[in-house]
Amino acid sequence: MENLLSILTFLPLVAAAVLALFLRGSDAASDRNAKWLALTATTVTFLLSLLLLKDFDPSNTGFQFVDEGDWIMGLRYKMGVDGISILFVLLTTFLMPITILSAWEVDKRVKEYMIAFLVLEGLMIGVFVALDLVLFYLFFEAGLIPMFLIIGIWGGKDRIYASFKFFLYTFLGSVLMLVAMIAMYRDAGTTDIPTLMTHQFASDTIGLWGFHIVGGVQTLLFLAFFASFAVKMPMWPVHTWLPDAHVQAPTAGSVILAAVLLKMGGYGFLRFSLPMFPVASDVLAPLVFWMSAIAIVYTSLVALAQSDMKKLIAYSSVAHMGYVTMGIFAANQQGVDGAIFQMLSHGFISGALFLSVGVIYDRMHTREIDAYGGLVNRMPAYALIFMFFTMANVGLPGTSGFVGEFLTLMGIFQVNTWIAAVATSGVILSAAYALWLYRRVVMGEMVKEALKGITDMSLREKAVMAPLVAMTLVLGIYPSVVTDRIGPSVAALVETYQAAIPAADTATELASH
Amino acid sequence: MEQTDLSIVLPEVALALYAMAALMLAVYTTKDGLARLLTWSTVAAFLGVAAWVGLCPVPEGIAFGGAIVSDAFARFAKVTLLLGAAGVLAMSEDWMAREKLARFEYPILITFAVIGMMVMVSAGDLMSLYMGLELQSLSLYVVAAFRRDSVRSNEAGLKYFVLGALSSGLLLYGASLIYGFTGTTAFSGIIAAATDGHLTTGALFGLVFLITGLAFKVSAVPFHMWTPDVYEGSPTPVTAFFATAPKVAAMGLFARVMFDAFGGAVADWSQVVALLAVLSMFLGAIAAIGQTDIKRLMAYSSIAHMGFALVGLAAGTQGGVQAMLTYMAIYVAMNLGTFAFILSMRRGEVHATEIADLNLISKREPAKALALLVLMFSLAGVPPMLGFFAKYAVLKAAIDANMGWLAVLAVIASVIGAFYYLRIVYFMYFGTEREGASLRMAPMPWLMLMGAALVMVLGVYNLFGIEGAAAAAAEALVR
Repeated sequence: MENLLSILTFLPLVAAAVLALFLRGSDAASDRNAKWLALTATTVTFLLSLLLLKDFDPSNTGFQFVDEGDWIMGLRYKMGVDGISILFVLLTTFLMPITILSAWEVDKRVKEYMIAFLVLEGLMIGVFVALDLVLFYLFFEAGLIPMFLIIGIWGGKDRIYASFKFFLYTFLGSVLMLVAMIAMYRDAGTTDIPTLMTHQFASDTIGLWGFHIVGGVQTLLFLAFFASFAVKMPMWPVHTWLPDAHVQAPTAGSVILAAVLLKMGGYGFLRFSLPMFPVASDVLAPLVFWMSAIAIVYTSLVALAQSDMKKLIAYSSVAHMGYVTMGIFAANQQGVDGAIFQMLSHGFISGALFLSVGVIYDRMHTREIDAYGGLVNRMPAYALIFMFFTMANVGLPGTSGFVGEFLTLMGIFQVNTWIAAVATSGVILSAAYALWLYRRVVMGEMVKEALKGITDMSLREKAVMAPLVAMTLVLGIYPSVVTDRIGPSVAALVETYQAAIPAADTATELASH
Repeated sequence: MEQTDLSIVLPEVALALYAMAALMLAVYTTKDGLARLLTWSTVAAFLGVAAWVGLCPVPEGIAFGGAIVSDAFARFAKVTLLLGAAGVLAMSEDWMAREKLARFEYPILITFAVIGMMVMVSAGDLMSLYMGLELQSLSLYVVAAFRRDSVRSNEAGLKYFVLGALSSGLLLYGASLIYGFTGTTAFSGIIAAATDGHLTTGALFGLVFLITGLAFKVSAVPFHMWTPDVYEGSPTPVTAFFATAPKVAAMGLFARVMFDAFGGAVADWSQVVALLAVLSMFLGAIAAIGQTDIKRLMAYSSIAHMGFALVGLAAGTQGGVQAMLTYMAIYVAMNLGTFAFILSMRRGEVHATEIADLNLISKREPAKALALLVLMFSLAGVPPMLGFFAKYAVLKAAIDANMGWLAVLAVIASVIGAFYYLRIVYFMYFGTEREGASLRMAPMPWLMLMGAALVMVLGVYNLFGIEGAAAAAAEALVR
């Protein structure tokens, strides 16, 4: 199909419009219709996205399924996928039906809830397939609107604060990126991403208000993009919006936030920062490494001290994203492969962990770790699944978590052994907080009166978890599923990146003589 | 006077004849429902003239010895302001009747104001500039105080009048200085007086005073003080009118003067306009945060938006003017929709304007709340709404003109501004359950609200073709 990507992007949006315009009333029947329509739409989107996988040619490192047309203001409507983005599209479409299913029991403004998720899905897919700077920005930013509403309407006690913080924090990061995008348009005369990836932005040192800026224009552009992606990622120290947003968001919102929205930052680094500003990336890589290392160690320690389950997992997400940024800026095959792998794997694992919290939250309406204990006595199935994902989160070999961490660590070791050493200690810390959480919630005697009547997972809840378990195992045991598809594109990216740096170094040397 | 002179101003003449005929009719008959009839006939007249100006080949050229210029720029501005005025009139009819303000003077005064605006954007001479400006302003002073028995409305009218007179004085002073130093009032003569891209010191003084007067009309900081009070005190349809058509006319005039008369000295005024823009964006964004009245909030919002439009002007390029025009057209559409919503807010039998009245209105009125949500995000400049493309256009113009710092400040201001638009969304969707306002919407406001919201979303496809029109208009102005 010529315009498969456009169909994927707009199908959920059309479904949302149908829901908004044609579904009347707010009784149980219309709620049920809304849920079924949302589930059908997301499932169809997922099935269609499998066509991508079928016809995708991994050996072709260029963009495939390209769909383009004229647009307004000198911009172009252009979409396409390569090895780097295709799996993110699939991650999104795969997780969406699961998310909708996990929200099956919601009874507050169901129709709007489904609309928000459908809109969000369309926009998320759009982010990963857009091949025009401003089109990318459009999807990237627009995603804030449904997420803002999801946190604000269906969230917990402090949802207002969390939703505003989420919106304004990420909005500030992004608008600077917009300015940089316009500057790039001016410099290169196009907003076409494939063209920009081969465009050489000036990297001579410039003076600005008395500062000497090594890497020149590239560094300025890099920093503007960095402001946006680092917040989205989120990297230490601009991660503070994430725990708030996660804790307050409803379960389904947390799942999407952790599993897909955070990946936009990493995807942005791979799509923009590395190929378009190689010199600046090289100059600033040590900074990113140290920020990542601090994120891994510091947020792991913070996670140890949490009393709220969701907050703990949120901090663990920040730590795991530290591996991703580290791997990306190591800029070698293992590092980047590992980063992408880690993002996909984290998508499944963190999504499943938030769902696990959701399972007991739905029963007890609290996320306090102290309120639980001994769940294994009454919830054996839950204990097993939670155990599995705890282990995956720790990075047990055989699960996808191990492959991602191992590859990124291997990648960084070749570049900077010190960072690798610090980051490896994070693996131990993650085992500490994850296992300790598990012990406090699941193990031991059941002493709390309130827990005595708790029931095990329902069939729906198990059905929601099953695909995630499967994916975590498949990726853990047979990682080539992923690396074969992303490998050639990553290799091409790394190659052009490495080629750009010595060229620039020589140019600077020549200029200084 | 030649034959062509009259044919160039024919739309204005026709509208003036219509206004006077309507006035005569109203004076010599005392029929009930006349206000209603006149309102709709005025709407029809505006739409007709808009179609005439926009679609028919009205001859382009200059008339009356250069006092009136008709070009693509004037046409774009005229169509925008006529459509804006028609929209406001159409949606205010029901409100006026309900508030017992349905008097025939309202549509007629609006018509006179619109004629003034059409002259403003066509001005080719300081004299015709002042003529148009005063015709518009005098009509607006009266409609601001249209609710005669309300102290607030009278205060608004009086405040507007006193400050407006002051600004007119400053503008006249500037005009006389310019005349004194250049020896002419015609723009074509003034532009020739600039040598090497700079004005003489005397003329520069005149320019600054002129900008002061114009900045007052577009309510740019630091000449914005009247805006919140006038917006709050005037009857809401009048506020809606203030927020739309006069802003287009004033921005059009601003651009007209800057390029037609001072286009030879862009460097001299670009920094001044940039400063006005920055101050407006920041003050508009910051001062709006603490507002509890939605009309006051919209006043600060319009100040901030004028700041953004001025960014386009400050760029001093053709692209800048094009961006500014695009911005104004989108701005008018957003404001029409938003005010259609505000007009329908009621608490019992009275008109409600408290933001807190919007508490959880999304539960009672899901469709209308969704439409306002779209408009709020559009006003905040969040993609994919059209408001984003308006901002994108001016930012691009600024960066293309080597004013990256201005673009960075603009986006920071837009983040601060996003907060108060989100606050409205917050009240509508996240608020606490309690007695709030109800919405009573006549078909016309409903159409405006839904139409504006749809335009904001669907416009992403091709901007409804205004891009090309704005480009032609900018090309006509900046040669």
